Amino acid sequence: MSKKLSERRKFLLTMARGVGLASIGGLVWSAYLDEATAAPLLLRPPGALSESDFLSTCIKCGLCVEACPYDTLMLAKPGDNKPVGTPFFVPRDIPCYMCPDIPCVPVCPTGALDESSVTTENVLDIGAAKMGLAVVDEGSCIAFWGIQCDACYRACPLLGHAITIEYSKNERTGKHAFMKPVVHADVCTGCGMCEHACVTKKPAIFVLPNEVAQGAVDTNYIKGWDKKDESRLKDAKEIKTTTRLSKKSAINSLNSGLKDLY
Amino acid sequence: MSLSRREFLKSSAAASAAAAVGMSVPAELQANADTAESSWRWDKAACRFCGTGCGIMMATKNGKIVAVKGDPAAPVNRGLNCIKGYFNAKIMYGADRLTKPLLRMDANGKFDKHGEFGEITWERAFDEMEKNIRKALKESGPEGVAVFASGQYTIMEGYAAQKMMKGGFRSNAIDPNARHCMASAVVGFYQTFGIDEPSGCYDDIELTDTVVSWGSNMAEMHPILWSRVTDRKLTDPDRVRVINMSTYRHRTSDLADIEIIFTPNTDLAMWNYIAHEIVYNHPESIDWDFLKTNIVFAASPVNLGYGLRRAGEKSLMPVRADGSAGNYTAKEMETINHEMVHKVSAAEAPALEPYGYKEGDDMVNKPAGLKHWEITFEEYKKFLAPYTLDYVAKVSKGDPDESIESFKKKLQTLADLYIEKGRKIVSFWTMGMNQHTRGTWVNTLSYNVHFMLNKQALPGSGAFSLTGQPSACGTAREVGTFCHRLPADMMVKNPHHRKRTENGWHIPEGTLNPVGKQHIMKIHRDIEDGLVKFAWVNVCNAYQDSASAKHWIKAARELDNFIVTSDGYPGISAMVSDMVLPSAMIYEKWGAYGNAERRSQHWRQQVIPVGHAMSDTWQWMELSKRFTVDDLWGPYTLVGGKKLSDVRKAAYEMGYKGDTTMYEILYANERAKKNYPITLDKFPQKGYDNSDCNGDSRNVLGGDGKVAKGCGFMVHEYLWEEYASFGRGHGHDLADFVTYHKVRGLKWPVVDGKETPWRFNVKYDPYAAAAVAKSGSKSTHAFYGPLAKSLQQGNLLGVTDTKKKPLPDKAKIFARPYMEPPEVPDKNYDTWLCTGRVLEHWHSGTMTMRVPELFRAVPEALCYMNPKTAEEKGLKQGDLCWVESRRGKVKAHVETRGRNRPPRGLVFVPWFDEKVFINKVCLDATCPQSKQTDYKKCAVKIYKA
Repeated sequence: MSKKLSERRKFLLTMARGVGLASIGGLVWSAYLDEATAAPLLLRPPGALSESDFLSTCIKCGLCVEACPYDTLMLAKPGDNKPVGTPFFVPRDIPCYMCPDIPCVPVCPTGALDESSVTTENVLDIGAAKMGLAVVDEGSCIAFWGIQCDACYRACPLLGHAITIEYSKNERTGKHAFMKPVVHADVCTGCGMCEHACVTKKPAIFVLPNEVAQGAVDTNYIKGWDKKDESRLKDAKEIKTTTRLSKKSAINSLNSGLKDLY
Repeated sequence: MSLSRREFLKSSAAASAAAAVGMSVPAELQANADTAESSWRWDKAACRFCGTGCGIMMATKNGKIVAVKGDPAAPVNRGLNCIKGYFNAKIMYGADRLTKPLLRMDANGKFDKHGEFGEITWERAFDEMEKNIRKALKESGPEGVAVFASGQYTIMEGYAAQKMMKGGFRSNAIDPNARHCMASAVVGFYQTFGIDEPSGCYDDIELTDTVVSWGSNMAEMHPILWSRVTDRKLTDPDRVRVINMSTYRHRTSDLADIEIIFTPNTDLAMWNYIAHEIVYNHPESIDWDFLKTNIVFAASPVNLGYGLRRAGEKSLMPVRADGSAGNYTAKEMETINHEMVHKVSAAEAPALEPYGYKEGDDMVNKPAGLKHWEITFEEYKKFLAPYTLDYVAKVSKGDPDESIESFKKKLQTLADLYIEKGRKIVSFWTMGMNQHTRGTWVNTLSYNVHFMLNKQALPGSGAFSLTGQPSACGTAREVGTFCHRLPADMMVKNPHHRKRTENGWHIPEGTLNPVGKQHIMKIHRDIEDGLVKFAWVNVCNAYQDSASAKHWIKAARELDNFIVTSDGYPGISAMVSDMVLPSAMIYEKWGAYGNAERRSQHWRQQVIPVGHAMSDTWQWMELSKRFTVDDLWGPYTLVGGKKLSDVRKAAYEMGYKGDTTMYEILYANERAKKNYPITLDKFPQKGYDNSDCNGDSRNVLGGDGKVAKGCGFMVHEYLWEEYASFGRGHGHDLADFVTYHKVRGLKWPVVDGKETPWRFNVKYDPYAAAAVAKSGSKSTHAFYGPLAKSLQQGNLLGVTDTKKKPLPDKAKIFARPYMEPPEVPDKNYDTWLCTGRVLEHWHSGTMTMRVPELFRAVPEALCYMNPKTAEEKGLKQGDLCWVESRRGKVKAHVETRGRNRPPRGLVFVPWFDEKVFINKVCLDATCPQSKQTDYKKCAVKIYKA
C-alpha cells in the first residue's frame, strides 16, 4: 500500500504505455485490433464509461494506474489478450480498496473515467462506482453447504449493504442455521474485496462486468410495491413492438393470409 | 479386507443413515464403510481450534492428511464447521514447519545466546536443557524452572508436563496461556460453586428463549454455536430475543434484537443494575425458596489493586526522581502506581460509597487474595442501592452518539427480559468478562442475577462461560496445569490434595511444593527479575500473547537465562528463544481435548510427524530420563522462606534408588507397563501409528542418541487413566480410555456410563441427587462443589465474626461494585484500545497465517475505528496510523467500514498478526484474583504514520 509505485510496476507501466503509443504503426497494430475486441470480461477502474465508449475515449496514458495507491490497476500489455494499454484490474490478485478520494478518477485527462458518475451531491463517492457486480456460485460457495464462512461478507467494504447474510434453517442437522451471502446489485460496486477474500480454491464469489453479470428489465412494468422503481420511467420511451407475426402491415396480412386457411 | 457388493451397500447405508440421525455405528461396521471408500482412511478427531469442540473426520492417504470433513455424528456440529475447521487438513503442512531441533550457536557450535540458530540433534537438545535446568535449580531452586503451558495441550500432554514439573522438579511455575483466557471464569466458578466449569451445556441454546452475549463476539469466535443460536432465533422469531452487549459493534449484532454498546468495564455496573431492578423494583421476582435453601450472600475487599507489578519488586528498583523505576519508564509508572494507590474517580464514587469511599479519596491497595465472607441480604441490598437506571446509564453508555434515553430504554428492556417470569435466559460470555481487571467479580455478578430469579442450572437457563481454547477446560483446568492447581479441582496449597496426588503418583509425601504463585504473568516478571532462569514454551506463543511484551522479550534476550520453545512453526516465541524444538502437531499424536460443555473427545494418531518433530509428551519423557531422585528431591528453600523437605529418604523407603530416574517413577513405572500394554491387534490401537509408544519408520534419533523406539507401553492410556482416577467419585468422573474412542465425546461427570447435561440440578446430576439424599433437603439443586465452603461473617466493610460457618451444597451471591480499570483514556492517551480475534485466524496466527486461503482472506491486522475518530485524527480509510500507549507503539492500517464498528473514542486491533504486534501496546494489568490479563482496555493515542 505504498504511495510510491514499486519498481516492477513502474517497468510494466512504462512498457505498456510504450506499446500503446507504438501501436499506431507497424506489426503491432493487428494484434492490438484483435485484443481490442476480445475482452468482454475486463474490470475497469471506477467511473469508467461503458466498454465501447471507454475504449474510444481512453488514451492509454496510465495516469489512473499511477494514481492507484494499492497497485490494483494495471495497463494491458500485448499478449494479455486485452485491449493494449488500457487500465484494468483483477480482484483475485489485488481488489479495488475503494479509496474515499478515488485518486484514479480525477486524473483521467479524457473523461474515460467519468468523475460525475462517481460523484454524489458534489462529493466524490466511491460507493456510486459500478466497476462490476459480485456473483455467487452457489455450488462452490461453502456457506451454501452450511459452513460458517462469510469471509466475503466480512471483507465487503459495504458490509451489510452490498452483501447481506440470509439466514435459513439447516434441516439436515436440525439445530444449525445456514448463513448465506447475498449480493445486492444496486449497492455492489464490483470492488472485488469479496472475490479476493473468498477461501475456495477458485473463488465462489467473483466480479463480472455489470453488462455480463446482469439482466435488464424493460420499463413497461413497474413494481407496484416499490416507489423507487418508478424512477425507471424517466427512460421510458414510446412503446412500439414487432414480432414475426406482426412485422407485416395489417392490410398486407389481411390480404395475403387467406390462402392456407382452408 | 475385501467386501462383497452386498456388504458394501449394507455398511455404507448404515453409516450414512446413522450419521443423519446423529448416532454412532458399531466400530466394525464403520471400519467396513471406511474401507469401502478405499485408498484413503477416515477417522474421527476434534477440531484444532476453539473451545466449541466440533467433531471432524480426517482422511489420510499415503501417510499424510489430505482432507477433513465435519463429523455428522458429532452432536456439537453435526457435520458442519467454520472456516478454520474447514482448513484443519492444511494446518500441519506449512512450508516453514520446524523439523529439527535448533540452537543459537557460535561459529564453533557452542551455545551462544547471541548466536544464530543452527540444527542440532535431539540428544544435544536434551543435553542443553539438562545443563540449564540444573543451573537454574542451583541458582534459584524449583522456582527458577518454569513452563509456559497451554489450553491447547492434549489432556495427556498437559498431565505429563504437570507430573514432571510438580512431582519431578517440585516447581509450580507451570501456567497455561489459558490463564489469559479463562482464569476469571475459573475463580468465578470456584467462589460461586466451589468447583470449576459450567453447569449447563450447549443444548441450552435449543431450549432457551433469550440469549444475551456479554463481551463475546460469538458470531466470529464460536461460529458453530452462533449458527445454533441463529437457528433458535429462526425457529421462534417472535419469542426468542438475542441481545448483544459489547464495547463496539461487531458481527454478533447482526442477529441481535438489541445491541448495547457500553463503556469498558461497566459490565459490572450493568449486572448490578439488573440485580438492583430485581431487588428494589421487582422483589416479587425473587425465588426466596430457592435462595434460602441454596444461596448465601458474600462480600470481599475492594482495594485489591489491578494485578500490576508492585513497588519494591526487583525490576521496579530503584525509583528515580523523574518518576521512572527500574526497567519502567515514568510514563509506564503513571499506570503502575495505581497498583499501590488509586484515586477514586467521579464515575466509580457512587458505587464505592457503601464501602466508605468518596470521589478523590486515595484508595490504598493491598493484595487481598481470594478472601471473602458471608453477609446478610440486607447488606447486599445496601450495596445495590447506587445502581439506579440513571447512574448506570450515565457511566455505561459507550457510544457518545447515542442518546441517554435510547440507552436507558435498552437497559430497562434487558432487565425486563431477565426478570420476565417464565422466560428462559442464557447469558454467554467469553473474553470480554474474563480479560478484565475485575474479571472474577464480573463473573460472579452474572450468577447473582440468575440465582435470584432461579434461572441457573436449568435446561435453557443459566449463566454460561464459553471457552476460548480447544482444551482450556479439558487440559488446563481439568488436568490442572496452573501453578496453583492439581488434577480434578485439587489445589497445591491444600495438604490433603497434595497427599492424594503424591499417593496417586507414587512419590513421597512432602514432595509437592505447597506454594503456587507463579502464574503466567508472574513467570514473565520473574524472568525479568532474574529469578526464573529456565523457561520452556509448550503449545503456546508466550512471547506474542503477553501484554507489555517488550519487557518480557528484552528479559529473555538480554538476561542470563535459557528459553526453549517447542512449536510446529517459527513464531515470535521461537524467535526470542535460545533453543527451538520441533513438535508433532495435533493429528501427529494421540490426544484428547475437553470443550466448554465438559465434553471430552479423543483421537488417534493419524499420521507420522514431519521431519524430526516429536510430541510434547515424548519430549517430557525424554527430559525426565535426565533427572534422578538424588538430583531433584533434596531440600530447598523457597523465595518466601518456606522450606521444601528432603524427600530422598522417603523415596528410598518406597523402593526407589538415588539414581532412579523420574522417567521410571512418573511415566514408565511398573503399573504403567503392566496395565497398559501395547495391543496392536486390538481396538483402538490396531492399525494406527503410535510414535510415542512404538517409535515409527522415521527412526529419529532420540534423547540418548539412539533410534527412538518408543516407551513400549500405551502411555496415552496410562496418563488418561491415572489422571481420571483423581476425579472419579469427586464430581469429575471420566469414562475409560477405550470408550472415548467409540463415542463422540462425553460430558462429565460420566456416572454409570451416563453423561451429565446440567450439573447441580437434582434431576440431571447424580452428584446433586446424592447430595440432597444425604442432607434430606427438598431442594431442586445442590451446589456441592467443595471449595471455600465455610465462611466468616461480616458486612460490606469486613469480617465481624471470625467463626467460620459451613455452607454445604450452597452457592454464593457476591456484593462486588463497579470500578474503573487502572488506565483510562486521558488528555494524552485519549482512546480506548480493545484487542481480540477475527474468525479467520487462530490466536497468534502461527497455524492459520500459513493456510494460504485464510492468509489471503485476512492478510493483516487492521485498526478498526469510527469514521469520526479517523476524521478527528486527520486519518482516512486505508491510511497507516500509529497506535501508541505508554508501553509501545505499532503501525496498522485504518479500517473505518469493516466488520467491527467501534464508537467514537475506541479502536479495535486484533492480535493474530506478528507484524502488527499489538501486545507491545497492551497493559499487563490483571484481575488481582484470577491473574488474568485485561487485553480489552488500555489507553492509546492514534496518529498518522
